[in-house]
Amino acid sequence: MAMDAPDVAARGSPPAPGQTVYRYPLPVRISHWLNLLILLTLLGSGLQIFNAHPALYWGSRSDPDRALLSMAARRTTDGSLEGVTTVLGHEFVTTGVLGASKGPSGRVENRGFPAWATIPSSRWLAMGRRWHFFFAWLLVINGLVYVGYSLACRRHRRELFPNRGELRALGRSLRTHLHPGALRSEAARGYNVLQKLSYVIVVFGVLPLVILTGLTMSPWLDSAFPWLLDLFDGRQSARTLHFVGALALVLFTVVHVAMLLLVGPVNHLRAMITGRLRVPQEERS
Amino acid sequence: MNRLSRRRFLRHLLTGSAVLLSGCDRLSKSRWFTDMLTSAESLNRTLHHGLAGADSMAREYTEAELSPQFPSNGTRFPGTPEYQPLIMNGFRDWRLEVSGAAVRPTALSLEELRALPARTQITRHDCVEGWSAIAKWKGARLGALLDLVQPTPTARFVVFFCYDSLDPRGDRYYESIDLEDAYHPQTILAYDWNDQRLPVRYGAPLRLRVERQLGYKMAKYIRAIEVVERLDGIGGGRGGYWEDRGYAWYAGI
Repeated sequence: MAMDAPDVAARGSPPAPGQTVYRYPLPVRISHWLNLLILLTLLGSGLQIFNAHPALYWGSRSDPDRALLSMAARRTTDGSLEGVTTVLGHEFVTTGVLGASKGPSGRVENRGFPAWATIPSSRWLAMGRRWHFFFAWLLVINGLVYVGYSLACRRHRRELFPNRGELRALGRSLRTHLHPGALRSEAARGYNVLQKLSYVIVVFGVLPLVILTGLTMSPWLDSAFPWLLDLFDGRQSARTLHFVGALALVLFTVVHVAMLLLVGPVNHLRAMITGRLRVPQEERS
Repeated sequence: MNRLSRRRFLRHLLTGSAVLLSGCDRLSKSRWFTDMLTSAESLNRTLHHGLAGADSMAREYTEAELSPQFPSNGTRFPGTPEYQPLIMNGFRDWRLEVSGAAVRPTALSLEELRALPARTQITRHDCVEGWSAIAKWKGARLGALLDLVQPTPTARFVVFFCYDSLDPRGDRYYESIDLEDAYHPQTILAYDWNDQRLPVRYGAPLRLRVERQLGYKMAKYIRAIEVVERLDGIGGGRGGYWEDRGYAWYAGI
């Protein structure tokens, strides 16, 4: 089977520097890039939807005086708009980014997230919802294909779930992350334990969370699965957790890209396109 | 070398995302792409109906969970000339006209509506904007009213025509639901809100409650009801005021 190819390279004697190893089978590469596209559109359209009511709550209701987070614009004495973000009762002036920022017309307007972060850039809830509910389907389909493939090829056991020995060596892995050189040669061998843990948390934790909390916001599905409301302590809590989950995905992506830059963007980007990773020269730092 | 390529990579990443975003704006205005996005709507509706069944009930809450302040969205006070005299004499002259594809079209006063089989429910109102509020509604079961007028076998939708207008051109608000939703036990024509007569800001004298869908489906200030076979000849042809402005007809999501 073709999917056994990476096995040979991974399990045999460690590949010599300069050699290439086949790391990412085609289905993994396709689902990776699709995922990037899907998550970007879901984020942008999600922020568009959030902007229609830029506040978060806990429980079933959205009582205005009990918001956990809210963004608003207010007029200053000189007549300009000031963006204010309130988090758990603490006010922050966030003009230009949150609460008030330049719209597509170039004028500062009252909006939660700025125009460069939303799809579409102008205030257009109906269109944002169309994007969101279309790409949500793609996220679920792509996710199911990825998880199905991983389970079928037992990739999850080898590549995704850390074993006991790896978990014990967690401390050492943390230290390795302080040495880009060591990290680089380690990256050629396969996912390290921290990487595996973060992928497992995202694939089996954060993504199911955003999907389930997304479904909980549907009044129709609440009537079919009332336990969703109990699970998340109400529709507004589900909306808040949906937002927190999206934030977690953004943070994951930032770290993911930072690690890519650290271990060699060209080599690893190429590997995620062609499947083949070049083993770097041993470095000491 | 490495630092340079890193910097270049980041720059490409930034310009790439800028191109992507302006591309999204252009796609949002193209016919084929929005048609593709909209294709998910019927998929959602079919799946949701399959999962929930016709009579799945929206959660009902307790008195203790009522919202301290229930928002009023859309029209708060219809400024239309026909509405003014109605409110002046407490809706005594108001008649709900029920017509269309029905065997016995009728017109009912508020008193006659109050005599129909009623239901009281404390439910959560979810707005398309994202907020939720809980209130107690009492009203005539729409199913009971339909039993009275007897829709013809080919009837498929119930359309609600309203007094209010949100549009500068004066387009009146209207909405529609299918017969399955119309006969749902929680679908009522509400005349009471939190044990008092329905206040003007929430749609006096009569508003619709369709508890498994979003707020924009729940027409306020109802003037007339029509049972129809198709929606394309009414208003902008998409089954509702907001639907004509790009929102989905199926609002269970």
